[in-house]
Amino acid sequence: MAEREARRIRELVTPEGVVLHLRLASAGSRAAAFSIDAAIMLAALIAVTVLAVFILGGFRTFGPAAIIWLLGLFLLRNFYFTLFESGARAATPGKRALKLRVVARDGGRLTGGAVLARNLMREIEVFLPLIFVVSARAEGFSNRWLALFGFVWTGIFLFMPLFNRDRLRAGDMLAGTWVVENERPKIAPDLIARPNPRAEHYSFTPAELAVYGQFEVQRLEEVLRRDDRDAIVTVAGVIRRKLGRVDEGDDRAFLDAYYAAARLHLERRLLFGQRKRDKFDAAS
Amino acid sequence: MTTAQPNFGLRHFRAEREADWQRLETLLDLVEKKSPKRLTNDDLIELPRLYRATLSALSIARETSLDASMIAYLESLSTRAYFILYGCRDSLWRQIGEYFASGWAAAVRGIWGEIALIAALLSGSALAGYVLVATDPAWFSALVSPELSGGRDMQATAEHLRSTLYDRPEKGGLEVFATYLFTHNAQISILAFALGFAFGIPTFFLIAQNGIMLGAFYAVFVPKGLGYGLTGWLMIHGTTELSAIILAGAAGLHIGRAVAFPGNRTRFAAAGEAGRRGALVMIGVVIMLLIAGLLEGFARQLIVADIARYTIAAMMLAFWVIYFMLAGRPQRG
Repeated sequence: MAEREARRIRELVTPEGVVLHLRLASAGSRAAAFSIDAAIMLAALIAVTVLAVFILGGFRTFGPAAIIWLLGLFLLRNFYFTLFESGARAATPGKRALKLRVVARDGGRLTGGAVLARNLMREIEVFLPLIFVVSARAEGFSNRWLALFGFVWTGIFLFMPLFNRDRLRAGDMLAGTWVVENERPKIAPDLIARPNPRAEHYSFTPAELAVYGQFEVQRLEEVLRRDDRDAIVTVAGVIRRKLGRVDEGDDRAFLDAYYAAARLHLERRLLFGQRKRDKFDAAS
Repeated sequence: MTTAQPNFGLRHFRAEREADWQRLETLLDLVEKKSPKRLTNDDLIELPRLYRATLSALSIARETSLDASMIAYLESLSTRAYFILYGCRDSLWRQIGEYFASGWAAAVRGIWGEIALIAALLSGSALAGYVLVATDPAWFSALVSPELSGGRDMQATAEHLRSTLYDRPEKGGLEVFATYLFTHNAQISILAFALGFAFGIPTFFLIAQNGIMLGAFYAVFVPKGLGYGLTGWLMIHGTTELSAIILAGAAGLHIGRAVAFPGNRTRFAAAGEAGRRGALVMIGVVIMLLIAGLLEGFARQLIVADIARYTIAAMMLAFWVIYFMLAGRPQRG
């Protein structure tokens, strides 16, 4: 699982020389975002039609409704995505809902031409297969096979994100863009900023603090933040056994104390350039 | 025995900087949710400073701290700020203005080779369609579907054909007709562009098919002495529409060419560059087709004099040629 997650990480080096990690959106969330957008487009068209009926007090002719649908469908189909992705957030409402955004693959500016190119390609990715599906239903048997063939051929474009490492649509390939996750983690309070008063009487020897490395300490951090009783009891038991300590009760206080001590110990070593990645890391 | 002791100011690291990070976060929220215009002058000066401070805090934190929550937060904050600062674009209106002043014409001039090829293909296939139908009228029904011809086939009388060129429509509904023409043509041309991705081959077929149908219609009208009238009827919007179709085909072919023959660049890079340029051409194509749809839906039905139709056709053609040749060229001297 962790390895699959790691495969979606891409590095971006800022002009200041700092590496930022971008996580590519999964094919599933891309599909979900598109479904939301498609639903919004349909709802918008129906809403405009209903509104027009109210304003005009009913249509005397077929004309206005036809114009709304012809023009509305055309505009939405071709420019809905382009307009939203040209904004500062570079995401359609569907993408925003799933916390995604479009960025240029080289990390540079996302130009208007690139946004346009990636969205005009939807024509062969989405609408062409749709046309074949519809015609397969409408036509007779002989043409149905032809339509099926057409659908398979266009399916290549439709399912392209599944066939490459970077989850690129044909439009992304053409435009030099990709879609990344845009999560906004909140900063949680520092666990050692306010020490637990019940934890003060604990103290640990350097040998005890050297048992674990960065990976384990950060997992412990997660456990403490989640504050789940069962997890705390289990983790406290495991650490006590590892250190060879007796159970004195008050697992939370013990973990708080050990976390603070181990983290400060490891951070101090970091200052000297020694990073112990996990408990197997014998380098330091 | 060691106890938890403060670590060379490491514990103050976060306390000292957290206010800056929160300030940056509010500024970013403002830009993303509202608009960059909401920022005051002070904010604008401060944004890059806060970004660099956060980025440097991130670098330090990665090397000295094990607080995973803080590092994740700093990374996400820096990434957001990076895209706001380095991915920034002109305002939409400015982009649009620049597009019409120079961007569009420059993109069109960038693909002039493909334009020449597609134009040759279109006229060549029109000629082929004409010759085919003129030598053997049976070809007509094979080349043009009955819905499209609407009775304008080889058996039609000269009077009937004349009436299709000059009669005003009895019923209204011009606006629906114009809308339909515009959306249909625009969709086809966008398809021709997008299909260019498949080495441009489907684009060739689409263009050739349109050219052959055009030639086949000429073969129906010319023997009846209506060639002059048909040209007026077609070209009042056709100079705009056919130019747009040629541009769309050329944009598609441009991509196909870059994918097939990327030259020194990688295939991806070449396709990307071609795609972005082609997309710029395509926006203009949609606008041209909008104009063509209006001309076809309204002007052609309301203006029946040949000479007026020819005048409009020639003016539109001259406008497009001059615009694409001259707009946005660097001035000499």
